[in-house]
Amino acid sequence: MNKKYNIWFLLFPFYLFSIVVIAFPLIYMVLLSFQTRADIWGVINEFTWKNYQDILQPTYLQTFVQSFKLALTSTFLISIIGYPFGYFMAKLSKKWKKRMLLLLMIPFWTSSLIRLYGWIIIFRTNGPLDQILMSLHLTKEPLRMLYTYPSVLIGMVYILLPFMILAVYSSAEKMDWSLIEAAKDLGATSFQAFCTITMKLTLPGFLSGIILTFIPSMGLFFVADLLGGNKIVLVGSIIQEQLLKVHNWPFAAALSVILMLLTTIMITLYKRISHSTELEGVL
Amino acid sequence: MKPILQLKQITKSFGNIEVLKSFDIDIYPGEFITLLGPSGCGKTTTLRIIAGLEQPDSGQVILNDKDITNLAPNKRDIHTVFQNYALFPHMNVEDNIGYSLKLKRYPKAQQKSAIHDVLDLVQLAGYEKRMPNELSGGQKQRVAIARALINQPNVLLLDEPLGALDLKLRRQMQNELKTLQKQLGITFIYITHDQEEALNMSTRIAVMKDGKIEQIGTPDEIYNRPKTSYVAQFIGEANILKGVVTKKEDNTLSILIQNHSMKISSLNYPIKENDTITFTVRSESIQFLQTATSNCLPAKIISKNFLGGMLRITLELHDGTTIIASQYGFDFKYSIHDNVYITWNQEHAIPIDMENHHE
Repeated sequence: MNKKYNIWFLLFPFYLFSIVVIAFPLIYMVLLSFQTRADIWGVINEFTWKNYQDILQPTYLQTFVQSFKLALTSTFLISIIGYPFGYFMAKLSKKWKKRMLLLLMIPFWTSSLIRLYGWIIIFRTNGPLDQILMSLHLTKEPLRMLYTYPSVLIGMVYILLPFMILAVYSSAEKMDWSLIEAAKDLGATSFQAFCTITMKLTLPGFLSGIILTFIPSMGLFFVADLLGGNKIVLVGSIIQEQLLKVHNWPFAAALSVILMLLTTIMITLYKRISHSTELEGVL
Repeated sequence: MKPILQLKQITKSFGNIEVLKSFDIDIYPGEFITLLGPSGCGKTTTLRIIAGLEQPDSGQVILNDKDITNLAPNKRDIHTVFQNYALFPHMNVEDNIGYSLKLKRYPKAQQKSAIHDVLDLVQLAGYEKRMPNELSGGQKQRVAIARALINQPNVLLLDEPLGALDLKLRRQMQNELKTLQKQLGITFIYITHDQEEALNMSTRIAVMKDGKIEQIGTPDEIYNRPKTSYVAQFIGEANILKGVVTKKEDNTLSILIQNHSMKISSLNYPIKENDTITFTVRSESIQFLQTATSNCLPAKIISKNFLGGMLRITLELHDGTTIIASQYGFDFKYSIHDNVYITWNQEHAIPIDMENHHE
C-alpha cells in the first residue's frame, strides 16, 4: 500500500479542523479590520485604514499605555513569585511534586469568574481582609481595596500565576541537577552555579512564562471589570465593548490584530533568545 | 611515601541503608586506583564523599595532611568526571572547559592558551566552538575529562566515565586515559563495575563489597591471588572447590576431593593436615586429559559455548559440582557428553576464604 496516501488520509481531519477553527477565523478577522463599519449593524465591504488610525487617538493610546503598565507590573510580580515557586517545586520529592501540581490544578476546575467573585468578597469594605487587618490592629479603618488598581493587580497575579509556575517548573524539572554538582565541583559557589547554570537553563521556561502572563494580562478584561469597576480599562475591555456594545466590529478586529502582532513579536523574540521552538509549560 | 588522600573510618547511611561501614583507604600520589564492585556496593558514595558532594555521617577525609571532611566541594582541589559527562548544554566546548578558569577570573589570554593545551591533550583541537549536543559520546567524554583536568587538580575522580561508550571506543579510551594519567602524574580514583577495565588500567584495585573493601592490591594480586571467593568470582571466571588436606609439604598441599587426590598451593597459610579448605582454580587453568593419571578428576562435558577466540566449557564432576573451563577453540577435540579427566598446575590452585578458616 502507498504510505503517503495513508498519512494524508489520517491527517486530513486534523487539517480540516485547523483550517475551519483556526486559520479561517484569523483571516476573517484581519480582513474585517480593513473594512468599514455600517451605520446601524454589520460591515460594508469597503477598504479603509480608518480603524488603525482610530487606535492612535489619545483615548485609545492611553488605554494601551495603561494596559501595558498593568501588564508589566503584574508580569513583574508574577515573575518574582512564580520563578522561585516553580524552581523549588522542581526540587521536591516525586510525591510532593504530584501534590503541588494537584494544588495548582484544582483552581482550574472552577471558572475564573467565580474565583474572582471570591476576591470581591475578600476585598469588600469590612470584608474578611479588612476584619483581619483591623482585629490585628494593623489598620484602623477599612482599606477600601475593591475597585482600586492594587485589587486589579492582585486579581491579575492570582489568575495568571499558575502559568508562570508551570512554565518555570517544566523547565527546571527537565534540568539535570548533576550539572549544579559539576559546577560546584569545578569551583563555583551555590550562587555562581545558579547564575551561570540554573538561570540560563530555566530561561526558556521563564520567558515562556512571561509570554503566557504578559499577553493575557493586557486582554483579561473581566478581571479589570470585576475588581476595578470601570476605573481600570484594558485593551481587552475596549475590544469587548466595541464588539458587543458599540457593535463596531472592524475597530474591535483592528485592536485584536494589534494585540496579536504584539504576541507574535514577543514569541519571535522568545525564539531568538531561548533557541527554542516550543513554549515551555503549555499544557 | 605519604598518602595524598586518606579516608578514615567513613560511615554513611541513606535512611536505614548503611552504604559505607567504617571505610578506610590510603591513596598515594600518582596512583591509578580503581574502586571495583557491583552497583550498590558504595563505590559512588565513596567518590561523592571525596568530592564533597556528600557528607559522611562520621569519619575523616584527609587531603595532603589536611582534614577536608567539612570543606565545600568548590573549595577542594579535587575534580570529578561525572558518569553522564554533566557538560553544560548551553555552553560550547571552550566555555565548558574554561568554566573553572572563568570563575577564578584568569586573564583571557591565559584562559585561551590553557584551553588550547588541554584540548590538544585530549585530542580535540579545533572543536572549541562545538556545542555538547553536536559531539559524539566519546568526544563528550574527552571534553568532560579536559574540563576536570584544566585546573591540574591533586586528585581526579572518575565515576564510570566509559560506561556509556561502545566496547571498541571504551578500550581505546581506557588506553588513552592510562597514558594521560602517566603523562600528567595526577592521582586518578576510578570507579567501575567492569573488571576488565579495572585490570587494564589500574595500578591498584580495591574490590568493594557491601560498603567495605574486600581486597586491595595490584591487578596481578587481585587476579592471581584472590583472598576470598567473592573476589575470585567477581574478577574473571573462577571455580570454587572444597577438599580435605591429606599431606603438607613445603608449599604444596595434597588434598582429597571425591576420593581423588589433587595438588594445590598453600601460599603459606597456616593449614594443617585434615583441614577442610576452600580453594579456587581459574577457568583458563583447567586442563583436559583423555586418560587418568595420578593427579586428576573425572568429569563429564555438559555444554560448550563458542565465544570467538575461546570456548567456554561446562563440566560436571561425579557429585554434580559444576566446573567452568575455557580453552582455545581450534585444538579442543572433545564433544558434549564425553567423559574426560581434568587437572591443573598446582600453582594455579590457591586456598581462599582463609580468614574464616578454623581447624
